[in-house]
Amino acid sequence: MTAPQDASGGPGIKATVLVRPKTGILDPQGEAVEAALEHLGFAVADARIGKVIDLEVEAADAAEAKTQVEKMCEQLLANPLIESYEVEIHGQPAA
Amino acid sequence: MASPQPRIGVITYPGSQDDRDALWALTALDAEAVPVWHEQRELPDLDAVVLPGGFSYGDYLRCGAIARFSPATAAVCEFAAEGGLVLGICNGFQILCEAGLLPGVLLRNESLRFVCRDVRLTVERDDLAFTGRCTSGQALVIPVKHGDGRWYVPWDLVEELAEQRQIVLRYAEPCNGSTADVAGVCNVGGNVLGLMPHPEHAVDPLLGSDDGALILASLVDAARDRALALA
Repeated sequence: MTAPQDASGGPGIKATVLVRPKTGILDPQGEAVEAALEHLGFAVADARIGKVIDLEVEAADAAEAKTQVEKMCEQLLANPLIESYEVEIHGQPAA
Repeated sequence: MASPQPRIGVITYPGSQDDRDALWALTALDAEAVPVWHEQRELPDLDAVVLPGGFSYGDYLRCGAIARFSPATAAVCEFAAEGGLVLGICNGFQILCEAGLLPGVLLRNESLRFVCRDVRLTVERDDLAFTGRCTSGQALVIPVKHGDGRWYVPWDLVEELAEQRQIVLRYAEPCNGSTADVAGVCNVGGNVLGLMPHPEHAVDPLLGSDDGALILASLVDAARDRALALA
């Protein structure tokens, strides 16, 4: 697989999506990890487990890349009933 | 009068496991069970469709999230929009929720343990195509086998769904931490049902219970009625 190219023929724009369980959603994985950390002697609270999705997007600039990735989140990457998301665009300052 | 066999499709996605059991159970209950491959953009001529249990697309991202975009799922959505009968079992329920045909989402069990056992259920509604052979308040024993069966909606929505009589089955014992103990939910029109328990695994007393046959035979009855109405 070759990396996607942007409109100018350069490499694709790298993006990271952070998906988190929304506040108030029971996260038993987070609770189990928190209990394990406490067992190791760490003083922790409110551990929550989400997902990281790294992408390379074919887009003219960072703004277009961000718009595209947000659409991906709405359509597939996050379920709005239970998850919130954040999009980070790397390599270029977001417009 | 000879009663025609209704044609009931069962979709096979990559990772479906219970498609063959569903086909077998429907055949045993006197339906013509029709296998449907997930790449089929158009459904064959059917009187009802079943989305079976399993782990479509390895449960990647979220259960049912990828299968939702299968060509056959798009066809199922159109079938449901025209009033077609759709039953989603376990992973099929998860797919129907992700596709927006049913409210809510299925999350990891509260216990973080995979549950695989018979559970007691209560029928909340007996006037649906899927519960015609049951009576409201009836207790059923049907097995579950899932790691992600905790149905979730916000509390205000669950009250609204109860008022609209969309809660069809509840667990009568602790199972997975599901909101309001919901085990099965239908759409507003009542032609789409999703449930976590597996009726196709409980169609013969040899399997420990044949209560699942009540649900599937109700569907076969309703599908037959539709076939006759259209004939």
